[in-house]
Amino acid sequence: MWAILWKDILLELRTKERVSALFVLALLIILVFVFALTPEQLKQPAFGSALLWVALVFAGMLSIQRALILEQERNCFAGLLLCPIDPGQVFFAKFLSNVFFLTVVEAVVAPLTLALLGLSFSVSLLGLPLVLLLGIIGFSALGTLCAAIAVRTRAREIILPLMLLPLLVPLFIAAVHVTGALLVGEVWTGTWFRVLVAFDVIFVVTGWLTFGFVVQE
Amino acid sequence: MSTWVVEAQNLHKTFAWTPVLNDISCRIAPAEAVGIFGLNGAGKTTLLRLLATLLKPTAGRLTLFGLDSSELAVRRKIGFLGHESYLYPDLTPEENLTFYGKAYQVPDLKDRIAQQLEYVGLQDWRTMPVRYFSRGMEQRLSLARALLHGPDLLLLDEPDTGLDPRALSTLHATLAQAKDRKKTVMLTSHDFARSRELCTRALILHRGRIAWQSEEALRPGSGQALPSPQEFVELYTACTR
Repeated sequence: MWAILWKDILLELRTKERVSALFVLALLIILVFVFALTPEQLKQPAFGSALLWVALVFAGMLSIQRALILEQERNCFAGLLLCPIDPGQVFFAKFLSNVFFLTVVEAVVAPLTLALLGLSFSVSLLGLPLVLLLGIIGFSALGTLCAAIAVRTRAREIILPLMLLPLLVPLFIAAVHVTGALLVGEVWTGTWFRVLVAFDVIFVVTGWLTFGFVVQE
Repeated sequence: MSTWVVEAQNLHKTFAWTPVLNDISCRIAPAEAVGIFGLNGAGKTTLLRLLATLLKPTAGRLTLFGLDSSELAVRRKIGFLGHESYLYPDLTPEENLTFYGKAYQVPDLKDRIAQQLEYVGLQDWRTMPVRYFSRGMEQRLSLARALLHGPDLLLLDEPDTGLDPRALSTLHATLAQAKDRKKTVMLTSHDFARSRELCTRALILHRGRIAWQSEEALRPGSGQALPSPQEFVELYTACTR
């Protein structure tokens, strides 16, 4: 498992394609909204929350697709499946690599977004990294699983978002609600937070258990 | 426990309702070198991919080293050289082999990589990304990848494609060495005359079925003698008509 993770990080250090593309795309999305909306609208927590997650969805989609392309070239994914590694471990390695790259990007993009939105600091914002991480975990788990299905199809770049986006709806509804609550200063966000955690648990476990069936032709 | 390296019983493989392999049954003993021949689309690559555990049979039973082919442990004993190199283009040969070596938990990995790179004649290119390699160089590195963990069963899908004479002699030396070390080799090829020198058995596939196979060797070297190239051409023509 660590060998796959090491290889993914090494590939990124060599090409610098994934993180830079994610960062630019996320920043571009945020800037478009910043220029399109009035300062009063931007200060509304619902907008801020939606903006953070819209940027994450599109950047995340790009990240998952990039990871897919890397494995497609020279059919390296088959090489991975030849190795005596349990498919569940392959899933965890690819999942952790997606979590890692999205976290790196979000660590820069999220504070930048809050600064551009002109939101004032409150104690509840300290919970934001945890919420973002939970969102990234759910997104990466489902994204890794869908990418493994899409890699075997002909129109893989189209199939992936078509498959992934509808399935991500519960995660994003929950994430937007929890983030919105944090931005207005609420600390405990109740049901939506539980939905977020449940989504993560369900798809990490589903990915781990079903990856072997998904990748076997 | 079975003494056969490969034991296939009535294997079938279907892709999207199209049968590609039909009723394949064969047994391969340790130290055998089996050449698989057939026209394009006969099912040679699919058979090798099944044996490499990259595909799951639609029906039938496949046992490798006495274990079901779905067991993870059998993969450690298999080295597969396919049409694609399975090498990451942005990584160097050293990095690619380090990744596969770690995945296979190869001991003394650094020494083993240096040894393999020297063997395939790529030690001077060890720090150059694979993206800049020629087809032949990539094929040589792919051979090093397949041999890195010292597999007992070597599956080679048209291994001589794109190789220059020097690389071809390396490949032949590898196969001769595998024979000496009592490793089992299965290869697909269109060149019977060249493969005949390396193979102890032959198998002709036609439209997903075994059209002809030389007798099983119960002991290494005990099987039926291979036909001469001339006889083989006649046999091949009759089988693939």
